[in-house]
Amino acid sequence: MMHWNSVEAFLTMGGYGFYVWPSFGLTAFCCIVELWQLSSRQKKLASGKTI
Amino acid sequence: MNLMKINWYRYSSPSAFYPLAGKLIPYFFSIAAVLSAIGLYLSFFVAPTDFQQGEAYRIIFVHVPSAWISMIIYLAMATWAGFGLALNAKLSYMMAQALAPTGAMFTFLALVTGSLWGKPMWGAWWVWDARLTSELILLFLYIGYMTLHSAIEDTKKADRTSAIFAVVCAINVPIIYFSVKWWNTLHQGASVSLTKAPAMAFIMLWGMLLMTLAFWAYSIAVALWRLRCLIVEREREALWINDLREKE
Repeated sequence: MMHWNSVEAFLTMGGYGFYVWPSFGLTAFCCIVELWQLSSRQKKLASGKTI
Repeated sequence: MNLMKINWYRYSSPSAFYPLAGKLIPYFFSIAAVLSAIGLYLSFFVAPTDFQQGEAYRIIFVHVPSAWISMIIYLAMATWAGFGLALNAKLSYMMAQALAPTGAMFTFLALVTGSLWGKPMWGAWWVWDARLTSELILLFLYIGYMTLHSAIEDTKKADRTSAIFAVVCAINVPIIYFSVKWWNTLHQGASVSLTKAPAMAFIMLWGMLLMTLAFWAYSIAVALWRLRCLIVEREREALWINDLREKE
């Protein structure tokens, strides 16, 4: 059920691309930052630097 | 395996829960990855264009799940805080503490994605409407909880004080939920409710539900991960931590 006629139509989101993509992008970005923070926190703890 | 034979009470101690949490994390991350992949596919390739809002409505697939999860995490956080107060259980307080940053993140995302949706549909990034204002208050409550916890030097006192704050402020969650009913708001009413058939296409509903479950699994994985860090940070004097470090 593919309803996009072209890649361009998909990217512009019927003129709303400016609003749609940042919404999804920011959500992904926040999750990545959170995961990165946790992994560096864990590494720091494992190395025993803070103790 | 007979579930009744497991001594569940054992897991209320940080030393027993630490390895269990470590085992659970990859499962929740895998669930989150699979569900978000299917959810995103439905959101962009299967769900049809909305007849009123065009493609802009697709923001719903991150906006509504973020908003739901922001409230669910708050309720979970307040519940753990309540358990902590009632049972004086250290691990319960840590659970509450582990949930707060992720809850704040989803609240922030709900507000920003809402703003990105509000601009093309309402013509404004922000309005002081009951739904938006109460969600903004939720963000301040998360920040308040975290600030309060970190501001108090004595960990036990910090746990108790911030837990009371979290429990008392839980009143804001039903206010957010019912705000669209109680006040005249610009924000649309509930699209999905338990009492009547959903006011949206079946496939859109599925996309939203899958994304919500994906965020849910993600939140559990991240909270457990943060909990493990908190356990190590807070139990550094305990002997079992050193034993564990030698093993790993």
